Amino acid sequence: MIGRREHVTRAPDELRPYSRRLLEVDDLATHFTTPRGKVRAVDGVSFALERGRTLGLVGESGSGKSVLSRSIMGLLPGNVERQGSVAFEDHRLDQMGPAELRSFWGTQIAMVFQDPMTSLNPVMRIGRQITEPLRFHLGMDRREAEKMALALLASVNIPEPGRRLRQYPHELSGGMRQRVVIAIALACGPKLLFADEPTTALDVTVQSQILDLLRTQQRERDMAMVLVTHDLGVVAGHTDEVAVMYAGQIVEQAPTRTLFASMRMPYTAALLQSIPRLANASHTRLDVIAGRPPDLLDPPRGCRFAPRCPYAQDRCREEPPPLQEADEPGHVYRCWFPVGTERGQEALERNLAAPVPQGVDG
Amino acid sequence: MPEPDQVAPVAIRARRRTLGVPGKLAVGWLLLVVIAALLAPVLPLDDPNDPVGSIARQGPGTDGHVLGGDGLGRDLFSRLVWGARASLLLSVSAVILGIVIGGFLGLVAGYFRGRFDTLFVGLFDVLLSFPQLILALTLVTVLATGEGVSSTRRMVVLVFALGVVSIPVLGRIARANTLTWSQREFVLAARAMGARHRSIMFGEVLPNVLPAMFSIALLGIAVVIVAEGGLSLLGVGVRLPTPSWGNIIAEGRSELRDAPHVVLAPTVAIFLTVLALNYLGDVVRSRLDVRESAL
Amino acid sequence: MRVVARRLVHLLVVLFFVTLFVALLTSMLPGDPVDAIAGFASEEQKEALREDLGLDDPVWTQYGRWIGDFVTGDLGGYYSVTGERPVMDRVSTALPVSLQLMVEAQLLALVFAVPLGVYSAYRAGSRFDRTASATLFGLLAIPNFALALVLAYYVGVELGWLPVSGYVAPNEDLLEHFRRMAMPAVSLAVGQIAVYMRLLRSDMIATLQEDFITMAKAKGIPPSHVLWRHALRPSSLTLLTVAGLNVGTLIGGAVIVEVIFSLPGMGLLLFEAINARQYIALQSLVAIIAVGYVLINFLVDVLYAVLDPRIRHARA
Repeated sequence: MIGRREHVTRAPDELRPYSRRLLEVDDLATHFTTPRGKVRAVDGVSFALERGRTLGLVGESGSGKSVLSRSIMGLLPGNVERQGSVAFEDHRLDQMGPAELRSFWGTQIAMVFQDPMTSLNPVMRIGRQITEPLRFHLGMDRREAEKMALALLASVNIPEPGRRLRQYPHELSGGMRQRVVIAIALACGPKLLFADEPTTALDVTVQSQILDLLRTQQRERDMAMVLVTHDLGVVAGHTDEVAVMYAGQIVEQAPTRTLFASMRMPYTAALLQSIPRLANASHTRLDVIAGRPPDLLDPPRGCRFAPRCPYAQDRCREEPPPLQEADEPGHVYRCWFPVGTERGQEALERNLAAPVPQGVDG
Repeated sequence: MPEPDQVAPVAIRARRRTLGVPGKLAVGWLLLVVIAALLAPVLPLDDPNDPVGSIARQGPGTDGHVLGGDGLGRDLFSRLVWGARASLLLSVSAVILGIVIGGFLGLVAGYFRGRFDTLFVGLFDVLLSFPQLILALTLVTVLATGEGVSSTRRMVVLVFALGVVSIPVLGRIARANTLTWSQREFVLAARAMGARHRSIMFGEVLPNVLPAMFSIALLGIAVVIVAEGGLSLLGVGVRLPTPSWGNIIAEGRSELRDAPHVVLAPTVAIFLTVLALNYLGDVVRSRLDVRESAL
Repeated sequence: MRVVARRLVHLLVVLFFVTLFVALLTSMLPGDPVDAIAGFASEEQKEALREDLGLDDPVWTQYGRWIGDFVTGDLGGYYSVTGERPVMDRVSTALPVSLQLMVEAQLLALVFAVPLGVYSAYRAGSRFDRTASATLFGLLAIPNFALALVLAYYVGVELGWLPVSGYVAPNEDLLEHFRRMAMPAVSLAVGQIAVYMRLLRSDMIATLQEDFITMAKAKGIPPSHVLWRHALRPSSLTLLTVAGLNVGTLIGGAVIVEVIFSLPGMGLLLFEAINARQYIALQSLVAIIAVGYVLINFLVDVLYAVLDPRIRHARA
């Protein structure tokens, strides 16, 4: 069961019973120091993840979702300030030095990046890029590693794996390249996989193949996965739980079905609205969310979504809403006038009747 | 693993509006050299060609001679100042020749393109097919050595040779910049208003191309000063007894054991001048941010 | 394949103009070329020479003859009171010396420039980076002949560590060969180190920002491995091309350095020819140097296309 923010008391290792809880992020904040000031890319995020479960992390560009996954792993450049804790199986990742972290990367935690063309070394053969972590972390010799690489390529459904080993990335199609990237990430059998927009750079037809592949691999390996995307549609069929991010914070989190059935945060509703539907006639206007995400240098005082929210009231602009529990188990959200409640409905009607329009296209 | 710092902070530092201490020093030194060179005839210097036996090979400070004497007893400081005159005259003239001819050819090539472009780029390529020093060396040897060649003739041929060598470099820069600038709207607008090619080229495009060439020109002057040194060592530099920084070094080579200052003084002078020119050339280039490599 | 063919055509055109220019050098001599070449000779000898050199013939005939001679190894001769000696003899011993010098200087420069460039890129903006860049920038400003003279004097004469003149072939005595090549190679290399280091550094910095480097790190690969095995190769292409091209440009510097250190290479031959006003010999020497330079550039160009798998496959 994916939980919400709470303080966990830690039992000493020997007495600790086997727990399925793999990753625990507690109030993580990541600030970038730029010449213009401090950018709060991630501002107080907490969640937990169990083995074998998939968490979908959804948000627009600029919401902080990519920074979050890299921040958890520890992959960020030098001018970064991090606060809060990241615990991976009781190891505090946020307190580790670079060498220690490196012992986790690849073996325990891995990442699949967005654009397979740029995440593969263009002048290195595929085979070598796969065998490298095998030889480094698992100490295999070249022959063993190559056999393993062949097996990996086969497991990600790449035809003619032997031939592919010798090839360079630009000789493969986009979908195949992404499969290779996945194979590399899974090579040492990590327990946790971050998939950062793994299908965004690919054709739509290929997208579902890749997502299915990830899901299959995950089940076979009992691996936890964080699927980062801007597309709620992607999340629908492929995750156990969804967290929606906005302006560096989680604004709603729930088991997937619950989220789609009874979402509370108006932002989530707006995201759902903006997905183009096959059933609509062609040339139907897309519902977009008007306005832009807030400036992370100096976030607004109240709720960060208020400027673009059709439900926004004065309270929203003054007081930032805390994460509250909904009726359904495992469902939290951040809103004063949530969707689907009386309060929310009244707020919406009040706004619609007001002379100044609030923003969302009718 | 600690990452390389963001590139941005370093770049921001380089783009300061003011010149900074190194820049001011560079400009200061260059002004000093230029003024000394220009005023050489009226400065209270000893005759650079007058040998005074007593100070031959004597180090700095002897008998009130600031840098001592060279192998033949001539005042080194005076020769150095007069040498600046020759070296600067030579290098600036050669670069100007390169700018005028190379710049013109590059301008025409970049503006009209087509056959002009192929022709001139081909010319540049052929010129660039010779190692620069070798080409200059050959030209000077063939045209200005042998019996009865005067100092003036040698100087003219040197300017010509070193100018020819810089034509392709400057021409390419001019062409690259012209190509960028002639695509801009204001050129099309001028054409639409019926302006003739000539006035557009020289009135609109050229003023935009010149600043970019300026940085290369600075670097080019440095290169030519050093090249003259090389040519002097090979015996075909500025004709003795007229001093140039290069031929002072060449002459002093035989006295290296007893009188190293003869070689060291002009070396330091060249070093400082080249350093200053390189630095300013870089600064000018980064200010203008011309991406010639993009073409 | 088509790329190579196009470049070959370009090569031939350039070679044509280069050799044409060199072939006509003697006719550019002021006054009567024969007087300049062999002023000491008698009138009949001069007439014979004029006929031999075909100086009265039309341009194209002259060129044709010259090219024919050049390609078959007849490089003309040194004319002196005692007669004529073939240039080819001296060239065949001098050419290897010059080539060794340039290649050794280039390798020396790379040996220093590559680690400096890699490390400066890795720690871009750090004190090491800035100090290294500034120092090398300063070194760039030292003319290589001045450095050669200073080295010859201080290291060679004062300290007596290394010999200041002469040459020993590597197959005769490798140690002595390097002892004599050390200062000349260093004089040529120092200027190049700065250029190469800067080039590599900027390419590396760009490469290190790429996604595949982050991915390699995310695989848990240690930083040294990422730097040297992942980042260096895609960043080194420009450097190698420039280094290759520079081998030819070093010729200019090599000439001077050979003169200073009395290394019996093409440079020294050139110097002697100039001093002795041996214009025919000069012509042939310049021809060899120019043609060699063009050929080296051509090879480097082709090599560049071969080395970069992206280009190779894109053109396929």
